[in-house]
Amino acid sequence: MTAITGTREQAPDGLAPSSEPFGVFTDIEKRFALGDGSYLTAIEKLSLTLEKGQLISLLGPSGCGKTTFLRIVAGLEQASMGEVRIEGKSISGPHPDFAFVFQQPNLMPWRTVLENILFPLEIRREKTPKGVDRARELVELVGLAGFEDRYPSELSGGMQQRVALCRALVHDAKLLLMDEPFGALDELKRMEMHDLLLSIRARTNVSVLFVTHSISEAIYLSDMVAVFSRRPATIRDRIEISLPYPRQGEMRYGADFTRYEHEASRLLGIVR
Amino acid sequence: MTDNVYYRSVFPLVGLCVIVVAWQAYTTLFNVSSVVLPSPTDIFFATCENFTTLLRHTWPTLVECVLGFALAVGIGIPIAVALSSSTLLNLTLYPILIAMQSVPKVAVAPIILVWFGLGIESKLAIAFLVAFFPIVVDTATGLNATPKGLLELAKSLRATRWQIFYKVQLPSALPFVFAGAKVAVTLTVIGAVIGEFVGSSEGLGNLLLTANSQLNGPLAWAALIWLSALGMALFGAVALAERFFMPWAKDGSGH
Repeated sequence: MTAITGTREQAPDGLAPSSEPFGVFTDIEKRFALGDGSYLTAIEKLSLTLEKGQLISLLGPSGCGKTTFLRIVAGLEQASMGEVRIEGKSISGPHPDFAFVFQQPNLMPWRTVLENILFPLEIRREKTPKGVDRARELVELVGLAGFEDRYPSELSGGMQQRVALCRALVHDAKLLLMDEPFGALDELKRMEMHDLLLSIRARTNVSVLFVTHSISEAIYLSDMVAVFSRRPATIRDRIEISLPYPRQGEMRYGADFTRYEHEASRLLGIVR
Repeated sequence: MTDNVYYRSVFPLVGLCVIVVAWQAYTTLFNVSSVVLPSPTDIFFATCENFTTLLRHTWPTLVECVLGFALAVGIGIPIAVALSSSTLLNLTLYPILIAMQSVPKVAVAPIILVWFGLGIESKLAIAFLVAFFPIVVDTATGLNATPKGLLELAKSLRATRWQIFYKVQLPSALPFVFAGAKVAVTLTVIGAVIGEFVGSSEGLGNLLLTANSQLNGPLAWAALIWLSALGMALFGAVALAERFFMPWAKDGSGH
């Protein structure tokens, strides 16, 4: 896996352009045309900076536009205005170094676990013996050793989402775009997946944008939580989470965690 | 799985036995003429007596069905691909296809006979015409029913149009293709028999027609039962192919 030299600290102001943060999203706006000629503004003047290796959660109520923002970054949708810059270059359209993890596992029922994981390599015409070895390593890493040749229909929902995670990691992505990936799992499975994601992040130093509407999930995972407003979406506030990594399950019950939860709830307008 | 196979074979057999016994009882009790409705035993003896004749006439009908089906698949699937990949072609061809399908094939059969003659070609053409439509419609439906999530996954990986078609759309359409093929293959039997009725010198349809005109009820019914068996065998062959080509769908839609 790639050796990463970048740091996770905020870059000081006034540095040369070469040390521009990994991802810079400036004044993103998204409008949908309605039938009667008017527009619905889904996202308004949204700006965000993502450092190399940083994990940012996009937290907000359902339907507020955080998924739309993620899809714009992924190149699955076009922004009406604004700029997405990755490593100093403006991009539009899917980026080869990104991987999208959907809410549903989106596995191909006709492919085995291993074949599903190898799909991105096939599309990129990079299916080498080395790639296959890497896929096998990933299968082992997520605890699915022995299931390589099973079909998705033979796996549980949690196992399927693990396969989807392997598929996202197989081509050494620099940025994982995750759209409520654990939303369909039960509480216990979700907590397992949190620790799995964090351990993968620690190994690969991949950057992550993580869309969720779960306050505790956002806090447990992230370096920083970007709290979204209601539609039109913009980032209402940012909460830096200074809990140390590796995160431990017990931290969920600490005073700091509760303080962050309270703050997020306040920003979301749930409590005063 | 074994339970399933057990029930699947036992229940139809029991049903069949009940019908055969009732049939036999009815024809014996009411002394029905074998021209009108031969009894199961009459049909059984006619089958035994004319075994080689039945076998000889089965072969041409089987060939007509298999080749007609092959033509329908070979021509139908590319047309379905064209229909699903281009809106223009879809708009142009689809109404024509539906118009074609609305024409009763029995009505076209005499014209086809004029075009292709009394040989196997005319039967192939009719079998093809009958089988073609379900294959085109089901395949086109399947190609357009690719799960959106898979298409987005491919798009996010910057897959080419060809890769999306070959690696995503086509395999995900397979269940639809086989559903259409299973309907189509049983229809080819109808197509072949229509062709043989209109003009032929051999085949189970021809045998049935000849036996009927000679008031040989038992033989006509024997031919009928062989036709039904032929249709079931063809259906079974396609279902087997489905299992082979779709090993992931264990016992999915197969009947």
